[in-house]
Amino acid sequence: MNTRDFIGGAVIAAIGGFFAVESLWLDLGTAFQMGPGYFPLVLAIVMIGLGLVIMAGAFRTAPASIGSLVPLRGILIVTATPVIFGLVVRGLGLLPAVALIAFVSIYASRRANLGRAALLSVGLTAFCVLVFHYGLGLTVPLFGNWIG
Amino acid sequence: MDLISHLVLGLETVLQFHNIAYCFVGVLLGTLIGVLPGIGPTATISMLLPLTFSLSPETSLIMLAGIFYGAQYGGSTTAILINLPGEISASVTAIDGYQMARQGRAGAALAIAAIGSFFAGTVATFVIALFALPLTRLALSFQPAEYFSLMVLGLVSSVALAHGSIIKALAMIVFGLLLGLVGTDIYTGAQRFTLGQLDLLDGIDFVAVAVGVFGVAEIIRNLENEPEGKSNIARISSLMPSREDLRASFMPIVRGTALGSILGILPGGGAILSAFAAYTVEKKLSRTPERFGKGAIEGVAAPESANNAGAQTSFIPMLTLGIPANAVMALMIGAMIIQGITPGPNVATQQPALFWGIITSMWVGNLLLVILNLPLVGLWVRLLSIPYFVLFPAILVFCAIGVFSTNNSPFDLYTVALFGLIGYGLMKLDFEPAPLLLGFVLGPMLEENLRRAMTLSRGDPSVFITRPISAGLLAAAIIVLVLVLLPAISQKREEVFQEES
Repeated sequence: MNTRDFIGGAVIAAIGGFFAVESLWLDLGTAFQMGPGYFPLVLAIVMIGLGLVIMAGAFRTAPASIGSLVPLRGILIVTATPVIFGLVVRGLGLLPAVALIAFVSIYASRRANLGRAALLSVGLTAFCVLVFHYGLGLTVPLFGNWIG
Repeated sequence: MDLISHLVLGLETVLQFHNIAYCFVGVLLGTLIGVLPGIGPTATISMLLPLTFSLSPETSLIMLAGIFYGAQYGGSTTAILINLPGEISASVTAIDGYQMARQGRAGAALAIAAIGSFFAGTVATFVIALFALPLTRLALSFQPAEYFSLMVLGLVSSVALAHGSIIKALAMIVFGLLLGLVGTDIYTGAQRFTLGQLDLLDGIDFVAVAVGVFGVAEIIRNLENEPEGKSNIARISSLMPSREDLRASFMPIVRGTALGSILGILPGGGAILSAFAAYTVEKKLSRTPERFGKGAIEGVAAPESANNAGAQTSFIPMLTLGIPANAVMALMIGAMIIQGITPGPNVATQQPALFWGIITSMWVGNLLLVILNLPLVGLWVRLLSIPYFVLFPAILVFCAIGVFSTNNSPFDLYTVALFGLIGYGLMKLDFEPAPLLLGFVLGPMLEENLRRAMTLSRGDPSVFITRPISAGLLAAAIIVLVLVLLPAISQKREEVFQEES
């Protein structure tokens, strides 16, 4: 059995299920005067159907698994980077926020070390401040109100 | 001769020294910012837009057209070099362009993209000059049923592009359509799928989704098997395309230009549809379709030409109807309004110097782009020799700044992270992100036109097949779907066959 497709189909059907349930809370209307829930409900039912077809197909196709190792460290740090930036950019301002995420994000790589992180952080911060703040006049202040 | 007099009028406007100088500065800045990984045309233009505010309307729109072309070429550059398309139309280029780059042929891909774009731009300028006014009348005859059928055709064509399972590509389209509907319903004001988040009332931000599913997901995937040496890119064998490459690209460029010029006129997705359609056509016409997706130069030449021709002719619905074909066109409309120009039928008649000036400036912008970029190809390619542990933090930082700068919203950054995870998960499960993004953009327009068509027909769905243009478009969609499914079935059979034997 193709485990990858079985899981994939189940995920698609589940997402379709979520949208279907949420659509039912909305006014469906009629084909003449469609409400906000009509089109999404149709799409969600189609999506559930496609998910089930993919799951059924998994029994007939060649085995395939999800494959290579999942880089947990990479996933965590790479996805944390934009989140950290979003959390601090208003409070700290552009310069410290860029310096911080540049320093943190390189640790998603196994080849990171303190020296490289510091160098990259300084270099990227200087580049971004020059290009985006002075060059393009980005309205984000260099230092935010947390620093004063 | 209307054609000549219109073009002369346009050239007179553009060739004034300060106009051409601003056009050049626009192309240069657009390319420089657009080529930064993670900053696509939408973010580039929104960052550079304020520079044009103080100029006269003609000059500012001519400079913007320059920025537009520079940014678009910059977006294609990152699509080819690091598989990070700044907008959907470039995601088609990324399919084969990135594979070419991995085989050390990045220079040829970049050069062909520039040459194809210039050819397409030249032809499209004449197409606009010839047909702008009559075609406006045709576009005006489109009713919601036609718009709906056209978008269905576009979505179905994008399925034909998927390398893998057709069913999975369809699932991605439907998922994209649903994601596009998140936010406030324009008719009733009802909140849909917002889970009570106020930040979702205006829908999910397009740039954030694109950066997430393409940029962030790709970085995570690359970190799975992090290369030990420098970059995971093969050595650059040649910077310029060979005679062979040029010959292989010539017809795809011509066909892409023709398709793009036609499809671009149709409002609501011109450049996107034409890039997808051109790629599909080349794949079907090719004697060796199996090379597509593995670095076929036709797969770069055709969509890049189509994309550029389509982007140019999509100025017709924008200038005459005020309908933006994509996020970039929406920004251009915003810029026009800031300059006190209301996009609509009056622009061509009341301000002919402006109207034709913009159109000829596109051609001048394309010319400047080729002059500027062919010598710089070597420089862009050198981006590839940066070690990955330097490159990916830079991409992340630029993405963060680019996404934040478009709306000044931290929420968009959380969206990037979420869609990075979703994109990576889908990649692991063998789903492709490109159809999802197309569905995402077309979702709201598809629903709006469906609802309007059904209301106009008093709930009678036969309107889609009784109106001839709509029926023709739907028939084409069905034919495409059948054509695509047939070889898929035979291929499946072959696979089963091989296992049994």
